[in-house]
Amino acid sequence: MENIETRPIDPAQVKGWGVDADPKNDPTYPIKRRNDGEHEGYSWERPPQQPASVEVLHSNERPNLSATFGTSTPPAGLSGVIRRAAFKYSESSYGHWLPLMLADRVGVVEGYLEDLSRGHVPNVFAERGWKAEWKHNRKSLVTRVAVGAFLAGTAFAILRGRRSNSRPAR
Amino acid sequence: MLAMNYRGPLRVRIDHKPEPQIEHPQDAVVRVTRSCICGSDLHLYNGSVPDTRPGMTFGHEVTGVVEEVGPGVEKLKVGDQVLVPFNIACGKCVFCQQELYGNCHESNSQATAVGGIFGYSHTAGGYDGGQAEYVRVPYADVGPTVIPENMDPDDAVMLTDVVPTGYQAAEMGGIQPGDTVVVFGAGPVGIMAARCAWLFGAGRVIVIDEVDYRLEFVRNYAPCEAYNFRELGDVVVFLKRTTDWMGADVVIDAVGAEASGRVMQTLLGRKLLMQGGSATALHWAINSVKKGGIVSIVGVYGPIDTLVPIGNVVNKGLTIRGNQASVKRLLPRLIEHVQNGILDPKALITHRIPLEEVSDAYRIFSAKLDNCIKPVLLPPSARS
Repeated sequence: MENIETRPIDPAQVKGWGVDADPKNDPTYPIKRRNDGEHEGYSWERPPQQPASVEVLHSNERPNLSATFGTSTPPAGLSGVIRRAAFKYSESSYGHWLPLMLADRVGVVEGYLEDLSRGHVPNVFAERGWKAEWKHNRKSLVTRVAVGAFLAGTAFAILRGRRSNSRPAR
Repeated sequence: MLAMNYRGPLRVRIDHKPEPQIEHPQDAVVRVTRSCICGSDLHLYNGSVPDTRPGMTFGHEVTGVVEEVGPGVEKLKVGDQVLVPFNIACGKCVFCQQELYGNCHESNSQATAVGGIFGYSHTAGGYDGGQAEYVRVPYADVGPTVIPENMDPDDAVMLTDVVPTGYQAAEMGGIQPGDTVVVFGAGPVGIMAARCAWLFGAGRVIVIDEVDYRLEFVRNYAPCEAYNFRELGDVVVFLKRTTDWMGADVVIDAVGAEASGRVMQTLLGRKLLMQGGSATALHWAINSVKKGGIVSIVGVYGPIDTLVPIGNVVNKGLTIRGNQASVKRLLPRLIEHVQNGILDPKALITHRIPLEEVSDAYRIFSAKLDNCIKPVLLPPSARS
């Protein structure tokens, strides 16, 4: 650390220096155009409500669906059951977030099954961008594959050895 | 249409999906011309944001051409070329009325802590994003902004998130003329935050990261001092030493959940997913800012608990400010800065990649291959 040389920049040489300087920007006050509207509660003129064409879960910290919402990937299957259970808990609860993380992992397995049920075998290597690794990071990729293969081979050999040792003598 | 399809941690692919429809009177459907991968998309890609469902399409930094509008859309017209802010805002709720467009209360049913964001998990509303040929854009009269005729489309797409988020990071720092500003993270947002810190009159700007090619870039682009924390020993002591042992006036966390540098944070936040990310940068920010200083957070963290030295926040009398950028509020000023040549956001774009190669694009950006700083996905229609 002692050898690190610091080379400060001369601000006068920086294009645009100070053009937005705002001495009144008080960081203890939120950046907003204060109108005290929140004192009136949930009182604004709401946009039209989007029809719920799919199942949409909503936080129990609000009374309703927002006027618009996304309709991507509605809850389904086992992951959907877990997600519905998670939404019984508030955003301040582990009971909300941890089941959602679990549901995400369950959803990955469901995704594999969905692919296979459609006759599609996912190309995991392509999905993980190994072509880019091969092009730009070949040495690291080869090393990782070699290490993985070595560890897998070693584990296989140990397991096989244990199995043969545990056979009763005839 | 072609669309990115998330399949699980570190797995994405291109797929055919149905084209989006008008689902609300104030919707538009936009044909995408450019869609970036954001550093915050990597939190989704790594599987660290709860309620990220396989099958979803990511992408919240989008430009495109309006193809269809709902019956309630009055300003936007078919054929308009627009840049689409990453946050979905109704323009009517009490938060939008206060120009807190990143905190809209009418765009996300699933969580109250964050407004709707395109393609950013169901925790941010469950909207499919723009890494696709088409995207549904709610509240079309509020967020989407017609791209000025003389603006480079690469500049326009950077105005949807990177520029406003970097700018607001500096703005939230309440920078006063002469202040020393430290930025943790030399990704696109950190680079832009460092550049914008000067606009608020900073006297000294220092960027900390561990990726040498990015440090070299920001050193020239911002311009600023830039250091690799791997070479500094204790980064907090280095920053104290270089500020006469006082600490920086303002510190910006532009890293978020994927930070490296401290074993415990990496283990709990990134490997075991037991907290809302690895808060190493935030930890360093709190400890390296001066007493009474300001920490501005734009790095993205998950919604669960995260270990930070909160006792030091109290004892040092710090102000902590954070928010999703209010893109719509900032756009007029930022468009002006781009048109005046004060900001040159397109210089950050290092990779223009066909949408069909989205798997490789994510890998390149995530693993920082090929000196990547900012990748942009180009759908087939934008390449012809």
